[in-house]
Amino acid sequence: MNIILLLRRVRSLCIKELLVILKDPSSRLVLVLPILVQSLIFGYAATYDLNYVPYVVCDQSHSALSRDLISHIDAAGMFSRLATLSDSSQAESWIYDGKALLAIQIESDFSERLHAGRNAAVQVILDGRNSTTASIAMGYIGMIITAWNENRGLRSPVSVVTRAWFNPQLETRWNIMPAMIACLSFLQVLILGALSVAREREQGTFDQMLITPLSPWEILIGKAIPPILVGLVQSSLVLLVCIFWFRIPFAGELHTLYSALLLFTLSSSGIGLCISAIARSMQQAMVYCFVLMMPLMLLSGMATPVTSMPEMFQTATCVNPLRFAIDSVRRIYLEGAALSDISVNFIPMLAVAAITLPLAAWLFRNRLS
Amino acid sequence: MNTALCFIRRLNALTIKEFRQIARDSSSIMIGLVLPCVLIFIFGFGLSLDVNDIPIAVVMEKASPSARSILSGLNGSRYFSPRWVSSMHEAELLMHNHDVSAILRTGNDFDRLMQQGRGEIQLILHGTDSTTANLIQQFCTAAIGVSVQKELDRKGNLGRMTMSWAANLQPKIWFNEASTSTWYLVPGLIVIVMTLVGAFLTALVMAREWERGTLESLFVTPAGRAEILLSKIIPYFLMGMGGLLLCLAASRWIFEVPMRGSLLLIMLSSALYLVVALGMGLIISSVTRSQFLACQAALMISFLPTVMLSGFLFDLRSIPAIARVAGSILPATYYMEILKTLFLAGDNMSIIIKNNAALAGYAVLLLATAVRFIRKTLD
Amino acid sequence: MNVESVRGSSCDAVHAQGLTRVFKTKNTQVTALSSLDLRISSGTMSALVGPDGAGKTTFLRMICGLLTPSAGRLTVLGLDPVREKRTIQARVGYMPQHFGLYEDLSVQENMKLYADLNDVPPEIRTERFARLLEMTDLKSFTDRPAGKLSGGMKQKLALACTLVRSPELLLLDEPSAGVDPLSRRELWEIITSMVQKEHISVLVSTAYMDEAERCSMIMILHEGHLLRCGSPEELKKLTDGLCRRATVPDSLSARTFQAMLLDNSDVIMDAVPEGANVRFVLTSPEIKTEEVLQSTVSLPLRCVPANPTLESSFMHLLKNVAKNTVTVQDKIKHAESCKADNNAAFNTLTAAAKKTSDAVTSLQQSEIVIEVRDLVRRFGTFTAVDKTSFEVRRGEVFGLLGPNGAGKTTTFRMLCGLLPATSGYLNVAGENLRSATAQARSRIGYVSQKFSLYGNLSVMENLRFFGGVYGLPPLILRQRIQEVLDQFELTGHENDISGSLPGGYKQRLAMAAGLLHRPEILFLDEPTSGIDPLARRMFWRQITSLAELGTTIVITTHFMEEAEYCDRMLIQDSGRMLALGTPSEVRRLGGNSSTIEEAFIHIVRQARAARMAAGDA
Repeated sequence: MNIILLLRRVRSLCIKELLVILKDPSSRLVLVLPILVQSLIFGYAATYDLNYVPYVVCDQSHSALSRDLISHIDAAGMFSRLATLSDSSQAESWIYDGKALLAIQIESDFSERLHAGRNAAVQVILDGRNSTTASIAMGYIGMIITAWNENRGLRSPVSVVTRAWFNPQLETRWNIMPAMIACLSFLQVLILGALSVAREREQGTFDQMLITPLSPWEILIGKAIPPILVGLVQSSLVLLVCIFWFRIPFAGELHTLYSALLLFTLSSSGIGLCISAIARSMQQAMVYCFVLMMPLMLLSGMATPVTSMPEMFQTATCVNPLRFAIDSVRRIYLEGAALSDISVNFIPMLAVAAITLPLAAWLFRNRLS
Repeated sequence: MNTALCFIRRLNALTIKEFRQIARDSSSIMIGLVLPCVLIFIFGFGLSLDVNDIPIAVVMEKASPSARSILSGLNGSRYFSPRWVSSMHEAELLMHNHDVSAILRTGNDFDRLMQQGRGEIQLILHGTDSTTANLIQQFCTAAIGVSVQKELDRKGNLGRMTMSWAANLQPKIWFNEASTSTWYLVPGLIVIVMTLVGAFLTALVMAREWERGTLESLFVTPAGRAEILLSKIIPYFLMGMGGLLLCLAASRWIFEVPMRGSLLLIMLSSALYLVVALGMGLIISSVTRSQFLACQAALMISFLPTVMLSGFLFDLRSIPAIARVAGSILPATYYMEILKTLFLAGDNMSIIIKNNAALAGYAVLLLATAVRFIRKTLD
Repeated sequence: MNVESVRGSSCDAVHAQGLTRVFKTKNTQVTALSSLDLRISSGTMSALVGPDGAGKTTFLRMICGLLTPSAGRLTVLGLDPVREKRTIQARVGYMPQHFGLYEDLSVQENMKLYADLNDVPPEIRTERFARLLEMTDLKSFTDRPAGKLSGGMKQKLALACTLVRSPELLLLDEPSAGVDPLSRRELWEIITSMVQKEHISVLVSTAYMDEAERCSMIMILHEGHLLRCGSPEELKKLTDGLCRRATVPDSLSARTFQAMLLDNSDVIMDAVPEGANVRFVLTSPEIKTEEVLQSTVSLPLRCVPANPTLESSFMHLLKNVAKNTVTVQDKIKHAESCKADNNAAFNTLTAAAKKTSDAVTSLQQSEIVIEVRDLVRRFGTFTAVDKTSFEVRRGEVFGLLGPNGAGKTTTFRMLCGLLPATSGYLNVAGENLRSATAQARSRIGYVSQKFSLYGNLSVMENLRFFGGVYGLPPLILRQRIQEVLDQFELTGHENDISGSLPGGYKQRLAMAAGLLHRPEILFLDEPTSGIDPLARRMFWRQITSLAELGTTIVITTHFMEEAEYCDRMLIQDSGRMLALGTPSEVRRLGGNSSTIEEAFIHIVRQARAARMAAGDA
């Protein structure tokens, strides 16, 4: 009997919360459209892979060999020659003005040296304003030159055969988009959670709710479920974009993915509800949310790998549920990881949920007034 | 009374009011002061795209002195920390558990194949983190190339296989010789901080005035929209410039990012961008008139795109047209280019003039729109 | 003729001809004002009265140029408010309903800001600030942030900010909504003294008839139309000869007697308790009053003619409009449902009446449902509620009265379990609600001060939610929803978005939601503030029925005439108990005043003076 009553109360609260969020057509749009647009645009934008590298060349050798090398570079596809310079000093301004990403310079004795059985240098000047892009472009050139050498029968006795697991072409998009499944909904779950109680406090409806027979735990459950549902729907949207638009093969099991996402949204709605219970106004709730969200996102491994962070930061990110969510989603999505493989990731998320949710329930009634 | 004097007095009163509110409102301080400091800390110390000491599993199916000496070449590299394991099975297990990011493997008959010039070293990469994987591939190939060369030199008898007459790459990275990512993350940080104060905070504060009805009371005073707008712009402009100085100081003395262009140009371009950001904030708040929507909108059109689309992380030239167009609509993209150039390259007037012209265009357009939106009526 | 009209318009403060304003949204079109014709001559005080949604605020906003008219002509001080907005805004002072005080700024800073914005020359400021602070009694609070002032003080500060310069025309939009009687008096003293000293024209919108009566002209608006316009005397004449006063029989409470009279709607248009009497308005002067009384109450009662009041005329006008606009079909439907309702209510009323004199004693003997002893609540060093003790019995209507900041809301929140008490004993429905079980909490209902239902949900969705959280089973819930919809006349509005309902409807919906689960005790925190007399009358009629059925009601209000409806009341100030008793006891305590309002002011002033004296000593 008590269980039926409890379920009935929580059910009405959930329905009401969902209605508050979804009633307005424009707010329904706000929940869906930006997610789709962001996942599409970021999916396209988020790539370290270069497919257009503008470059200039200064061939002082004017030999058949140097021309052959340059034509190899042009044939690679991603390099686009903007100009052929006669004087190496001209290269400087092309780079300086940001028109060319790199300049290739072949010395006049290039052909002679090679024919004489000596090493010949191909000088490459790169624009280091974005050092990641520069080193990737450098890698491309290096590979082309190696291939060119080999083409001419100059095989090294040892070759490196590369094979990549889970992402054969090593596409950045395959790395970023699964992260977006967790990342984009994180924002919304946090904000919805943070606003839910703050809005009611501001509009005076929270007192009304505290007077009803709802216990703090029932309020908590009723308040946590709608953001979780919204978050899961948004994650599913991004998931669909990943699978059907960007055609990134999904290697895992859906139930594994959703249990990870469920745990993640649970912990992030716990954070949101804590903010909500502390904040005095909606504005304050949003500001807290924002101030918290930026570090959490930046230190989540979404754009920069966690392993590149200093030790101290890596330790600090242990309390960041987003970090573990992104890691879990990537592993499930790309590697087909099973629950047992990523169970370690669940511990910190579970811990965050286990601390924030009871804290929020307690704060509902006992916040200092 | 003299109208100009009245104008100044009203503007002065409104501006003082705004400053008092900033000082007494915890959220303004949070966004204007605390958050920039946190971001400086994170960007300067926490974020890095550089790879160091990547754990790599090394497997030799059969002990071979030459394979061992070639692979030992990795030991000295700052990029890798190799871990020798005895079987491929063990290595794969490590890889599955993300304990290592790559496996280097030599086969049973490596020695024999190398004699024949067909030696093969397998590099198996963990593709989930594709950026790191790409870098590993590059560094690994280069390091092995060097090791092989050394090994060949040591065994003079294999001289005919020498590669000493190949063309080889001699790279030179300009502007960021050591290729540290902090150098280009810091200009990105400045863009984010300026967007935060200019667009986000201003939108929030102005939306609050709409919501609390204080604008209705202002509208019926003789204060015109010029005063009302200016009184919003001036404090947040100064606050944004304060944030800029904070970031500049941090980049100079904490992160030791070079500043090759002139400080004056950095300040001027930043001032221009700040006006653009303020214009965006004012428009967002006037259209939404609610703090919740203003916050959502500001977040959507300022923060995330600034990180993802402005050329901060990803090279704009290589992304598909649709995303590139989206990026080129963002004022932040132009500001980002100016900052990167001024910080790392120097006073390149053609880049600076071109991008500043774009920013100036935005400033005029956005401010004019903001003035139009704040008509002194409630219609 | 021509010359006169020109001269007339030049000295008119406001002149509207065919003034119309339409608000368009995506699929609806609301006419807030339709072809309004009126002129307000300068140097006078005029009042705008009317129910919610009458168009009062829209009219005021158009005068100061914040809204543009959709059609018609409007001249303000001889100027066009659209084209010459800046000039008008320099000459007109406007105090919106929610004045834009900057809550982070102090009293002094707010005043200085508005002085600067209104180009008040520095040389006259010192003197003017001193005078305004003196009048508003805010002298000792100049450094306090505006956000930390009580409701009455905020309104006074807002008025001070509006009056930092002396405008030619002063527009006040419900300046006293939610303000206690004491502050209300002070507010009006400021307004009248400014008007006399500086010859300002004033246009004020208000829900209080006594405030309207202070003005020389009153305009009654209803749904965008001007119903009537005239001086208070002219308007009062409308109900000349229709008003009567009858003494409340000993066997009945004032509100039961009033309810019985009101239910006889064919002959009695309006009834309202007044001191120990009930004043009522007949539908026609020919009615034999004694006979009517005999038939309704079945008691021989004496009744004397009474002077017409503004309120009686206002009710008369509004009821006539309502009669004319209701279509025949609606009327039949309504009459049928009313008959059933009235029968039930009437039966209980007559039953109550038959209890004769034991009625009052039985109430005194019935079980105590709320008991408070030595209740204290402190916030830091500030004592909000100090050693308060009282008890409420089942079926009583108990009023909590006091000026803004007296501790009413704090007491209320402690009773409801929203706030822990610092010390003292508290028992509501047999438990302390702070630690009570869900079951105990389901025995109380609460309707808070502000409209606190979910504004973007429909009426039905709100009711379903509250029914659901009180754990009503689906079948019973459906039935209860239908019952409360009928009871509060919300049928037909089930799918309306509750946030966009007019104020009276919102208030009824809040009541409906609070009563869904049939609570034993109902807490009402200023349920009637900002609501017009017509809606208030209906509200109290419902309260009377509830009390008759045994519901205990605890209520706070700023309308002192409403205190007459209470069985007993508690008057608080600065957290301390000043008086506790029945309306007649309170009137006696308050220097034998004829109304509760006078008694209230007397009691509070006396207590404050005593405290000051004690402080000095």
